[in-house]
Amino acid sequence: MNRIIKKEFLSENVFRMEIEAPRIAKSRKAGHFIIVRLDEGGERIPLTIADADVDAGTITLIVQKVGCSSAKMSKLNEGDFIHDVVGPLGNATHVEKVGTVICAGGGVGIAPLFPIVQAFKHAGNRVITVLAARTADLLIYEKEMGEFSDELIIMTDDGSRGRKGLVTHGMEEVIKREKVHQAVVIGPAIMMKFAAALTQKYNIPTMASLNTIMVDGTGMCGACRCSVGGKTKFVCVDGPEFDAHQVDFDEMLQRMEAYKDEEMATYQNYLLNQG
Amino acid sequence: MNTSEYLKEERNQPWREEIRKSVKNADRTKRERVSMPEQDPMVRATNQLEVNLGLTEEQAVGEATRCLDCPDPTCITGCPVNINIPKFIKYIEARKFTEAARTLKETNALPAVCGRVCPQEVQCESKCFYTLKLKKTPVAIGNLERFAADYERESGNISVPETAPSNGIKVAVVGSGPAGLAAAGDLAKSGYAVTVFEALHEIGGVLKYGIPEFRLPNIIVDVEIENLRKMGVQFESNFIVGKTSTFEDLRAEGFKAFFIGSGAGLPNFMNIPGENYIGIFSSNEYLTRVNLMGAAKPECDTPVLSGKHVAVIGGGNTAMDSVRTAKRLGAERAMIIYRRSMEEMPARKEEIHHAQQEGVEFMCLHNPVEYLADKKGRVTQMRVQKMDLGEPDASGRRRPIPIEGSEFLIDVDTVIVSVGVSPNPLISQTMPSLDVSRWGTLVVDQDTMQSSVPDLFAGGDIVRGGATVILAMGDGRKAAAGIHGYLQK
Repeated sequence: MNRIIKKEFLSENVFRMEIEAPRIAKSRKAGHFIIVRLDEGGERIPLTIADADVDAGTITLIVQKVGCSSAKMSKLNEGDFIHDVVGPLGNATHVEKVGTVICAGGGVGIAPLFPIVQAFKHAGNRVITVLAARTADLLIYEKEMGEFSDELIIMTDDGSRGRKGLVTHGMEEVIKREKVHQAVVIGPAIMMKFAAALTQKYNIPTMASLNTIMVDGTGMCGACRCSVGGKTKFVCVDGPEFDAHQVDFDEMLQRMEAYKDEEMATYQNYLLNQG
Repeated sequence: MNTSEYLKEERNQPWREEIRKSVKNADRTKRERVSMPEQDPMVRATNQLEVNLGLTEEQAVGEATRCLDCPDPTCITGCPVNINIPKFIKYIEARKFTEAARTLKETNALPAVCGRVCPQEVQCESKCFYTLKLKKTPVAIGNLERFAADYERESGNISVPETAPSNGIKVAVVGSGPAGLAAAGDLAKSGYAVTVFEALHEIGGVLKYGIPEFRLPNIIVDVEIENLRKMGVQFESNFIVGKTSTFEDLRAEGFKAFFIGSGAGLPNFMNIPGENYIGIFSSNEYLTRVNLMGAAKPECDTPVLSGKHVAVIGGGNTAMDSVRTAKRLGAERAMIIYRRSMEEMPARKEEIHHAQQEGVEFMCLHNPVEYLADKKGRVTQMRVQKMDLGEPDASGRRRPIPIEGSEFLIDVDTVIVSVGVSPNPLISQTMPSLDVSRWGTLVVDQDTMQSSVPDLFAGGDIVRGGATVILAMGDGRKAAAGIHGYLQK
C-alpha cells in the first residue's frame, strides 16, 4: 500500500500525483516506469515516472483520464492509498553527450520526457525541447521544462499557446536551422510515428518510448510486444525505448486498440454507476 | 545413518509391521486401483471448480491397502523431493490421516499442490512395484498425497513444521513460485530469517498466474503460504530484486545469501507472419489475465479476449490449461494444434484425457505457418500445414517434417501460443558477473545450486529453462541445503 502525498489537477483530465515509494524514488532513473494496481480487482496499469524526491521518498506520476482505471485513480485524494506499486521497470534511457538533442513531447508523454530532458542537460548537451498539446489547457510541465532546456518551443493544435501547429512543425524548424545530433520523442503513438518519419528524412538518430499494453511488466506475458527492425521485442524488458526508425508504429497503433470496445463498455458502465 | 538404514528402521516400527500383516499381499495385489472421482465433463467445462474431486476416506484407505510397503521402496527414487512414500501411505491405511500429512511435510512444503499437479505417472508411480514387477496399475500415490494434505487442511489443524531456534541470519528468496517456497520452507526450518521477494502483487508465482483454478485452486496455495508465514517466513510482494533494490542494497541490509527462483519468464513465439495481430496471446498472458487478474469475473477490471473459435498452439500442460480455460470462457470450438503426434505430446496423459472429455479438438501433426486478420488487425484465420514424422531428433522425439502443399485455412478469433518459454533476462542484466548459459539460464553447481557469485544460489526454471513444479521444488530444497552449508562454513 502506497500513500498519496499530493494530488492536483493540471487540466480537466490530467492530474499529478506524488506517492510514497521510497525504494523506487531512490533507484529510478530517466526512462523507467512503474505498474500500479488501484484496488483488489484492479488492472495492472503501467505509468511512467515523471519525477522523484529521494529525501521525501516520493515519486511523481502524471496521469490522463482516458478510461475506467484512470478515472478511478483521479478520484483518489491525498492520504488515500494505492494498493500496489511496483518498479522501477524497463531500461533507463541511454544518455551521453552527443551535442544538440531535440526532446519532443506530446500530451502526457511530456511527463516521462521531463527526467530525460534533465538527464541530457546534465550530460552537457544543448537541449531543445518541443512540447505539443491540443490546446493550452492540456499543456503540462512548461515551466519545469524551460528550466532545463536551452530553448523551449510550444506548439498547440489550436494556437492557444505557443505556435499553432503540430510537434513536427516545431521540430523541423529547428532541424532546418541547426545541426541536431539526436532526437527523443514521447507521446501518443501517432505523434511518435510522424516525428520519427520527420527525423528519418533528416537522418537524425531518434529514440521513442513506447507505451504498449502490458500486464506483468517483467517480460513474462508478452502482451507488450512490438516489431522493431522486423523482430518481435518486449517493450517492458527490451525497452521501453527503441530506435524510432525501426519501430513498426502501424502495428503498434493497431495492437493498442485491442481492448478498445471492452474498455469503452467498462467505462460507460462505471460512469453510469457513478450517477 | 544413511537413507536406506533410516527407511529400514522406520519400516521396522511395530505399527508398520502390524499394518503389513493385517492383509495378505496376495489380497492387496488383487485390489483394483481406485479411480479419482471427477466432475462431469459437460458440467465442469462451464465452471472453474476443480475437475478432480478427491478421494473419500474409504477410497483412500482402500487404495492405501494396495501398497505392499516394499522393503526396497523404489517409488521414493522417483520423487524429486524424496517423500517417505510407504510411511505416509501406511499411515493412511492405519487411518492416521494427520500423521500421513505430517510425514509428507517432512520433505515437501506443498503436498496439496504436488498431489494435484505433479506428473506422478512419470515419477513415483512409474517406480512403483506394481508398475515395475507386476505390470499392473501403480498405487495412486499422487491421489493419496492429495487426500492426506486435504484431510489435514479441512480438519482445521494444520501442522506447522518445527523450526530450529532462530539464528538471525538473513536470507533472501527471489521469486515466490514452487522453487522459492520450497527453499524458504527448508531455510526457515534451519532457523534462518527468510524474506521472499515477489515481483507480482500475489505470492505463489506460476501456481497462481499459470495453473488454473480447475486444476489447482488458489485457496490451496494460500493455505500453504500461510503455513510458511507461521514458520516465520516474511513475504514482500511488488518487489523486483535487481530493480526495486539491487543485490548490493540488500547485502547492505544484512542479507547473507540469496536463492533465485525467478522462473523462466519470456514467452516464445514462432516468428511467423501475422503473429502480432490482435487476439493472439502467449499462454502466459492469457492465463495471467484469467487466473491472476480475474479477467472473466465481473468485479475485476482486466479484460481478456476469448472468442468462439480458439486455437492453442503446442502440446504441453500449459497448452492444455489454456485450451480448457478457453472452453470455460465460452469457446464453441477449442483446438489443440500440435506439430507432432499424440505419442510425443509432452502434457500429462490425465490432462489430455480431461481435455478430450471436455470436448477439446486435437489436431496433431499440424503446424501454423501464417495468421490472417481483418481491417482492424484482429485475427480471423490461420494457415496450417500438415506434418509428417521423421527420424528422432536430439530430444529423442521424432522430428516433424512439413508436407509440401498441404496448407489449409482454419477460422479462428483467438490464438494462444504455448510453445515454451525462455529465461527472463532481468536477473542476469542486473548482475553481469553471473555465469549464464548460451540459452540464458543461470549456471549452477549441480549439488549445491551455487552460482558463479558465491552468495547467490538458484533453481527452478531460471536454471532448467522450463520444467515441472516438483523439479523446481527439488531444486529449492537442494539450494536451501547448499545455502546452509555455505553460511555455516
